[in-house]
Amino acid sequence: MTKYTFTDKKDTRSGFGAGLLELGKNNDQVVALCADLTGSLKMDAFQKEFPDRFFQMGIAEANMMGVAAGMTIGGKIPFTGTFANFSTGRVYDQIRQSIAYSGKNVKICASHAGLTLGEDGATHQILEDVGMMKMLPGMTVIVPCDYNQTKAATLALGNHVGPAYLRFGRPSWPIFTADARPFEIGKADKMIEGKDVTLFANGHMVWQAIEAEAILSEKGISVELINIHTVKPLDTDAVVKSVSKTGCAVTCEEHQKNGGLGDSIAQALSQHFPAPIEMVAVNDSFGESGKPTDLLKKYGLAPEHIVAAVERALSRKKQ
Amino acid sequence: MADIQALQQLTSQVRRDIVRMVHACQSGHPGGSLGCTEFFVALYFEIMKYDKSFNMDGQGEDLFFLSNGHISPVWYSVLARSGYFDIKELSTFRKLNTRLQGHPATHEHLPGVRVASGSLGQGLSVAIGAAATKKLNKDKQLIYVLMGDGEQQEGQVWEAAMFAAHNKIDNLIATIDYNGQQIDGPVDEVLSLMDLKAKWKAFGWEVIECNGNDLEEVIKTLKHAKTLTGKGKPVMNLMRTEMGYGVDFMVGSHKWHGIAPNDEQLALALDQLEETLGDY
Repeated sequence: MTKYTFTDKKDTRSGFGAGLLELGKNNDQVVALCADLTGSLKMDAFQKEFPDRFFQMGIAEANMMGVAAGMTIGGKIPFTGTFANFSTGRVYDQIRQSIAYSGKNVKICASHAGLTLGEDGATHQILEDVGMMKMLPGMTVIVPCDYNQTKAATLALGNHVGPAYLRFGRPSWPIFTADARPFEIGKADKMIEGKDVTLFANGHMVWQAIEAEAILSEKGISVELINIHTVKPLDTDAVVKSVSKTGCAVTCEEHQKNGGLGDSIAQALSQHFPAPIEMVAVNDSFGESGKPTDLLKKYGLAPEHIVAAVERALSRKKQ
Repeated sequence: MADIQALQQLTSQVRRDIVRMVHACQSGHPGGSLGCTEFFVALYFEIMKYDKSFNMDGQGEDLFFLSNGHISPVWYSVLARSGYFDIKELSTFRKLNTRLQGHPATHEHLPGVRVASGSLGQGLSVAIGAAATKKLNKDKQLIYVLMGDGEQQEGQVWEAAMFAAHNKIDNLIATIDYNGQQIDGPVDEVLSLMDLKAKWKAFGWEVIECNGNDLEEVIKTLKHAKTLTGKGKPVMNLMRTEMGYGVDFMVGSHKWHGIAPNDEQLALALDQLEETLGDY
């Protein structure tokens, strides 16, 4: 039995859309830019409510990033919206020079990230975006886990100053965090207390980790689950504190092993508390077309893969 | 209008600053800087309204963006001589711990710079964003941006061109330094722009032209450009210049795009440029 349950499923991008609409009502400095994906990004409610503060950019993402950077001059808080692939790889140099290096308060909001985009296939299933974005000095990188947390993260970004990347996805996914659950950028969220192993997860993989925990619990393994919604800045204290207690870690993310959450956790632990780490992530591969859950299974990101990784970590701990 | 003779003297001093700066660090881009000196002097000493105490948001001010960031020497000289910072700081150009980075940056908080540039093709988009914000803020002042002609080969420029016209960004005056040269040679040989004027017109911009090395004509043209703002179209000023203008052995050649003069060449250049306001 999972320690979290859900009665409803929704896509995380809708959490972004709801958060953006609320931000628009609370802060008239918030503006939204979208590159011809208003419906896909769920930005249509903002567009309808605040037509003067919504900018249709067309299929021109490089220009969108530059315009967003320029709009901060004079106090606007731009939220850009397009698919994760076009929010990062396509416009990396624009983000690097005009936003990150220039210290601009632009919020880059990216949907359809990872394998769970599904049928569109590998051209759109970016699995490198977190790595690219976390490499940029001063960039905050957030990967929320469900509708409610994506909405909370969007609202939090309205009060955050500096460049940020918010990554969410397309499929309908369990809503398992409470509407009022506190969310703080850069602060890890301990979801399950345990003593044998720490699971660090973010995005859609938090639900996979919750399901894995139920299996492990039946086997008598006590799992601590920590949701690292903010990959950067990493809550190193929380990571070290937990692994100091459990002695080993498994990371779970819908991203390449290279450059992702596991990479950040490994870096933190190797410096502060060396311990066995296993990584559940895509292993130097592109994705392909298919149903989201089938893809997670094929690429080693299903609950049973997390269970196997935990068992490997535990056996390494005993050695 | 300010005394044209005084402005002419200023251009001579700015050119001295440029060649001395690139000579001192033995790097940088003198060619385009020398070619655009009249434009910068006109902009900062005759055209724009600004507050040299500098704040990033620049509300109630005209704002300038340099997209072809490699011509930083001319901008830094003019910013210093406008009072944004001490002219002595020009001696730190491109040296360790300087605010005067090789290409302009905000990272070291140099007054007058609002975005980093150097990777080409991005400045027009940023300028359009700043112009859109001015409109939202009901700020009547204008946005100016300078690009290179080689830079027109970047695809982002044309994304921006389309967006500005479609959205009637008519509080924006863009200028292209149309000197016909880029690093590898004449633009027409590297990758021709064909009919650049027709292109900008076809993209929905109001297009004007001028001789960028004639100070009075530059001032007149930019004043005319101002009268064209607020009419539903962004304004493009195709400004013909000569790379290296003002130094006879540098003029008209791409060879001086990105190299510094040696001691002998510096002396030769300075002989042609009167010290009018005192070197830094």
